[in-house]
Amino acid sequence: MSKPIRIETPLSDEDVERLKVGDRVLINGVIYTGRDTAHKRLLDLIEKGEELPFDIAGQIIYYVGPTPARPGKPTGSAGPTSSYRMDPYSPKLMEKGLRGMIGKGMRSQEVIDAMRKFKAIYMAAVGGAGALIARRIKKSEIIAYEDLGPEAIRRLEVEDFPAIVVNDVWGNDLYVEGVRRYERA
Amino acid sequence: MREVDIGIITEKVKSLCMEANFDLGKDVLDAFKKAKAKEESPTAREILGQLEENASIARGERVGICQDTGIAVVFVEMGQDIHLVGGDLNHAIYEGVRRGYQEGYLRKSLCHPFTRANTGDNTPAVIHVEIVPGDKVKLVVAPKGGGSENMSRVTMLIPAVGKKGIVEYVVRRVKESGGFPCPPTIVGVGIGGTFEETALLAKKALLRPIGSKNPDPELDSLEGEILDEINRLGIGPQGLGGRTTSLAVHINMMPCHIASLPLAVNIQCHAHRHKEAVI
Repeated sequence: MSKPIRIETPLSDEDVERLKVGDRVLINGVIYTGRDTAHKRLLDLIEKGEELPFDIAGQIIYYVGPTPARPGKPTGSAGPTSSYRMDPYSPKLMEKGLRGMIGKGMRSQEVIDAMRKFKAIYMAAVGGAGALIARRIKKSEIIAYEDLGPEAIRRLEVEDFPAIVVNDVWGNDLYVEGVRRYERA
Repeated sequence: MREVDIGIITEKVKSLCMEANFDLGKDVLDAFKKAKAKEESPTAREILGQLEENASIARGERVGICQDTGIAVVFVEMGQDIHLVGGDLNHAIYEGVRRGYQEGYLRKSLCHPFTRANTGDNTPAVIHVEIVPGDKVKLVVAPKGGGSENMSRVTMLIPAVGKKGIVEYVVRRVKESGGFPCPPTIVGVGIGGTFEETALLAKKALLRPIGSKNPDPELDSLEGEILDEINRLGIGPQGLGGRTTSLAVHINMMPCHIASLPLAVNIQCHAHRHKEAVI
């Protein structure tokens, strides 16, 4: 396997352009969490022309709803949730400057097209490896929608957060290519 | 008649909720190891290795194996010579779930279907009670994650499709699910019964240890046949390509109506959590 590539948020055009499908990345810096209901609320704000609770330009959203943190720990278990449920909202967020998404599972064609158009990437973290991933999260703070519990938007500080590039800005898809490689008729 | 205090049920359910979420079964870990040795895809081997490491961290730090600590499915086998005292069985189980999820720092993942407002304590639980001979109570707590449950289906096939139609349906369901249910999965299959019974057969089939033989030789060979077809799909761990799409296929079957062929496919992610206790 190729050596992992370290990336730092916020991401620029050049940062995302050099990443190719199948690359292993280690993410450093700040990322934001958001899943089903939080996405709906962000889109409602955009529709009303109001400010988002964080500056989304160049940022990464991680689809996760962690378990509560034990005392003294920054977070509980924190693996990815399925991304397809966020598909209806993602293109609009990319239009507003979102550069990266972390989750698990395939995206819709609309999302893949938007990634090419707005230069954004989609990365997979290992679903069900929440205890392992939690060790790479150094700080976690709720910045919006506390009423949503596990679905609240959190600002995470991460160090060498491991992910695999699944959709790059060139329209490639590891879910399609990976399965094709190992499929037997 | 043996009297059992309902408080014991609450205590047991509480600890089973936690243990199931922290301590992945040895049968699953053995299956990871076996799969890793056979995998051709380097990405798949890397992922299987991460799953082994994740399980060890979860056990050591008593943190959820997965952040989706599930809806609590509780199976109760109640000996008919038991008399429960001190309260209501359903509420005793809910209280156990409430305490287990609170004290274990587990995620509360239940909400109102329309408003999506969280119930706040991971209750209610889904409870299946069966009355059996004897004076013991057996409790099985099987927290079920949303990702793999969403990929599960119940269907009513026409009898004409036969065994071949069953195999095709199950394999197609796994294929269409791709990476969503967090492969490598365990596939529980219910055949026969009625619409609701076949779903329960499929869910109970998941509880059989991975690597164990089906007591019915015909079903045992059918399980092997379906597993082989599934692992030719190439989906692999997390859907990123590989040989290990499922670790096991488990089938439960019972007779059905002459007009029907009910079939259920209950997909279980690799965080295959269930713990049991006998009181």
